[in-house]
Order: sequence, then structure tokens, then C-alpha cells
Amino acid sequence: MESFNPKLHLPILIFGVAAPFVIPGVTIQIAVLWVMVLFALTWDIMGGQMGYNSLGNILFFGSGMYISALVQISMFANVSEYTASSGAVDFTYTNSEYFWGLGWGILAAGIGSALLAASLGWTLFGLRGPYFAIGTLGIALTAGELMGTWEWVGAGGGLAMPVYPGSADGKSLMFYFMCFFAAIGTYLFCSWLYSTRFGLAINAIRDDEQKAEAMGIHTLRYKTIAWSVSAFFLGISGALFGNMTGFVEPLEVAFPVATFGIFMVAMSLLGGKGTLWGPILGAVLFHILKEFTWTYFLGWQWVALGVLIIVNVVFFQQGIMGWLMEKFPERFGIIVDKKETAK
Amino acid sequence: MTDTVIEISGVSKSYGGVVANHNISLKVPSGGITGLIGPNGSGKTTLFNSIVGYHPIDEGSIKFKGEEISSYRVPQIARLGLLRTFQQTRIYSNMNCIDNMLISIPHRKLGFADMFKNRGDKETMEEVDRLLDFVGLYEKRRLISGDLSFGQQKLLEFAMALMNRPEVLLLDEPTAGINPTLINGLIDRLRRANEELGITLFVIEHNMRVIMNMAQSIYCLAHGELLAHGTPDEVQNDQRVIDAYLGAH
Repeated sequence: MESFNPKLHLPILIFGVAAPFVIPGVTIQIAVLWVMVLFALTWDIMGGQMGYNSLGNILFFGSGMYISALVQISMFANVSEYTASSGAVDFTYTNSEYFWGLGWGILAAGIGSALLAASLGWTLFGLRGPYFAIGTLGIALTAGELMGTWEWVGAGGGLAMPVYPGSADGKSLMFYFMCFFAAIGTYLFCSWLYSTRFGLAINAIRDDEQKAEAMGIHTLRYKTIAWSVSAFFLGISGALFGNMTGFVEPLEVAFPVATFGIFMVAMSLLGGKGTLWGPILGAVLFHILKEFTWTYFLGWQWVALGVLIIVNVVFFQQGIMGWLMEKFPERFGIIVDKKETAK
Repeated sequence: MTDTVIEISGVSKSYGGVVANHNISLKVPSGGITGLIGPNGSGKTTLFNSIVGYHPIDEGSIKFKGEEISSYRVPQIARLGLLRTFQQTRIYSNMNCIDNMLISIPHRKLGFADMFKNRGDKETMEEVDRLLDFVGLYEKRRLISGDLSFGQQKLLEFAMALMNRPEVLLLDEPTAGINPTLINGLIDRLRRANEELGITLFVIEHNMRVIMNMAQSIYCLAHGELLAHGTPDEVQNDQRVIDAYLGAH
């Protein structure tokens, strides 16, 4: 596991803790940045470290959001009445009810999404390469459409999350720190995971799955666990995001395949997939560019992101960290035998 | 009497209209070195693939230590202790030699919690160093394995197989593409793996000098069928083998 590096980790920690107090006007935008970091890190467990490029990981973000909402609502109210009222009936939660509901909701979102990934993995891991990518994309799209027709959960109209029993600023601050700690937790977990035999095994699956099987590696077990871990953190991020925005809607908020679903892939590729810091770096740069273009080039923001993705995948496939590792291998502990490579 | 570790009875395998193996029966004795020879296209690699579960067989039976394994999948068979190497070397070329070795630990012995342990404890690292030294790659252990020469990659693949502590190792042309000066060293290491580590070897080989000197018994395939079986001397002097293979060799 990566040890604490004051020059690297301390500025990030200081920024993370101080940002909502120093620049309170952009608290939510920075909270979303931490969610983006979590997106990129969790996508990279599968896509970068294991070589299974999922285009449907956003499924677990949405499932976490709905699971959390349903747990939070059902603990103290009737879900059918709550959704049928469409906000007409006042469901007021006490402090205790809200925070107990939120705690259980977040936990259930993580566990429920992980179980969903494990159950889907049994069928989807029979697919390889582009078929796996399209299969996962199809499931994420289907999930959004299905939730949009399910009246019990509010169908296409969505459902409002329980209202935070406090000020708007207090809510922003609380969810900011929850998103920040979720991103830090995901980073620490990935850092530990990649230092174990598990990390080595999923790298082996990426490099040559047939060889890994021939050596007795139980590839399906590793793949299922990897996806479940990814889904666990994505589920939690969904619960946090849903509560932060206060509203769950199937296509644009819970299962935004064409935006967040693609962003998580693009961020990992930009920073350098298959590395611990690449996805983080990619998420930060991507998010800054996204916010910048949304603010100053409204109308052209999708063109700018499209150009970035095209340049990345055509000219710069290894991403920033990959390029750095190629250029300065010794700085990353990679020993290259120049005598052999010169042959 | 020597125990049989692999017993193949009446195995047939076709790809569409092409019969790769037809009614093949053979026994690999425990603790020895058994050779498998034959001209290109005679069905040797197909038979290896059938044994380790790469494809289902059409007919027949394959037993490993008395257990029917013909319906098992590749990792299940590997975890029983029956491992293979490939004709074209298969290593994790983006990893260094040490990581290649660490990933090759015997997975049949790993419980759930073991999957999340540190990559290399002291005992495992000693084993890695010992085996890399055994194949002569200790000095190159920190290099990216894709930077090794082809012969060195073969040796690394062999060390990876040993790291897995198999009971039986199927070697598909271990000397192919290796510099002649390195071949004697490889033969010596194969023999030592057999004698010192007790690993049964079943070897496909086109280099007659190698296989005739190393194996105690040899099977010869031709056109997907078993042509002959016997000691190296018997097989070398079998007129059918000379006509189908050695004469043209």
C-alpha cells in the first residue's frame, strides 16, 4: 500500500478540508469533483487494472441512489404514499429519523449495489472485449428505462429525497465532506487492494486471462469481487449524490449513461488507466475543463469535451501517467534492460 | 509397479470435418518423463489442450490420479496440480519477473482471506529467488519480462510453472526457439525438476536428441492416431515411426 507522502498527500488533504470554507461558492462543484474522482477510481478497478471495459458502471450509481432513497423513505413512511403524493403531502423527518435513515441508506446502497454486480457478473463475465462493454451499456440503459416505468418508485417523474433538517449551507457542507471522505476512502482501498495478491491477479487477468486460468487462478471469482468492490463505492456515491441534489430522476440523475457514465471512462483514459494516480489526475483535469467550458463556452462545452476525448484516444492512449511512466520508468521503480531492448 | 497419473482412453476430437485426435489411449506414469512426438499436425497439441480442459473432447475419458477430468474447466484442472506450458511462450510481459513468479503461486491452496494478503511474504520471496536462480534468471528478476530474450522468457515460464508446485507438468516444445547453447542447460533443469522436485513431465518435443535422452517412455502420434509406444530405443527403431516421422525429420 502506498505510504503517506507529505509532499503529495498533505496538499490534497489541506485543500479538501479547507476548500468549502475558503471558496464556499463552489462547494457543490468541488463535492462533485470528489464524486468524479471516485467514478474514475472505481471504473479503473475493472477497466484499467483488470482489462474489462465496462460502459455501464453508472448502473451502480443509480442503483445506490434508488436503494438509499427507498431505505430512507421506507424506514419512516409508506413508499407508495410517499411517491404517489408527488410532494403534495408533507413528510417531515426529525433529525434522528433523517440521520438514521441516511446512515442505513448509504450502507444499503453500497451493499445492494455490490450484490447486484455480483449477480450480474455471473452472466456478463462470459462476454469479452467489446461484447462485455456493450452488454454492460445495455444493462445500464435498460435500468434507466425500467425505473422510469415503475410507479412505486415514482416512475419517470422521479422521487424527492427526504428533506435535510437544517440549513442549505449545513447540508452542502455535510455532503461535501461525505463526498470527500468517500473519495479518500476509495483511494485508500484501491491503494491497499493493488498491493495485495488480488491486485496482482486482476493484472494477470488483464494481461493474459487464458494464461491466468491455466495457472489455476479462479478468474470468475476475482472478476466478480472486483466488480462488486467497484459497485460498492459507486453505490455509496449514488446515495450521497441523490441526497445532495435532493431529487432522484431515472434518466438524467440516477442513470446518466451519456454523461457521468462516459465521463468515468474518459477520465481514466485521460489520466492513464491501470495506474492508481492516473484516474485521479484525469478526474481533476476533466472536471476543471468541464466546469470551465460550461461556464465560459456554454454551447460549445460538448464539442470541447469531444475534442479532448478524440485527442486522448487517437494520439495519447496511454494517458498522462502512462506517458510519464514510459518517459521516466526509473521514477516509477521500473527497470528496463537497455541492452535487451536495443536488440 | 509405477502408478499412472494421467490415463487417456479412447479420446477423439474433431474440428468440423478435421479429425485432430482419433481413439487415442495412453498412460503417463507418475514420477517419470514421458515424451510425445509426431509430425506437425499429428494432434499432439490438441491432445494437450484436451487434457488441460481447453476444449471438450468428443469421445473417451481423461483421468488424473483416477479422477475423471474431461468435463472440468481449465482452472479446475490446474488447481488439481496438472499444469501446462505453451508452444508460444505465455508470460505477463508487462510485469517484472518477480511479479510473474508471485502470480504463479499455487492457487489451489488459497482461501478467501489469502487473496488479500501481501503479494510476497518472506517464505514466498525466498521461493521466488530460489526458482529464478534455478533457471538462471536471478540477476534479471527486476526486469520487465517482455524485455527478456525468447529463450529467457521460456525459462521464466518454466520457473512460473514450478512456482505453482504442480504434480504433473505438460511441456509443449520446451526447446523450440532456444539457442542451442542453452538447450543443454534447459534439459538439465527439466531433469532436476523431475528428480529433485518429483514433478512428472509429459513433453511434446521435435528435437529428437533432447527427447530420446530425457524420456523413459515415448508415444508417437501421426494423422491424429497413436502410431507407436515404447522406450526411446524401441520407438526410434519402429519402422512405422521412421516412415511417418523420423525418416522425414
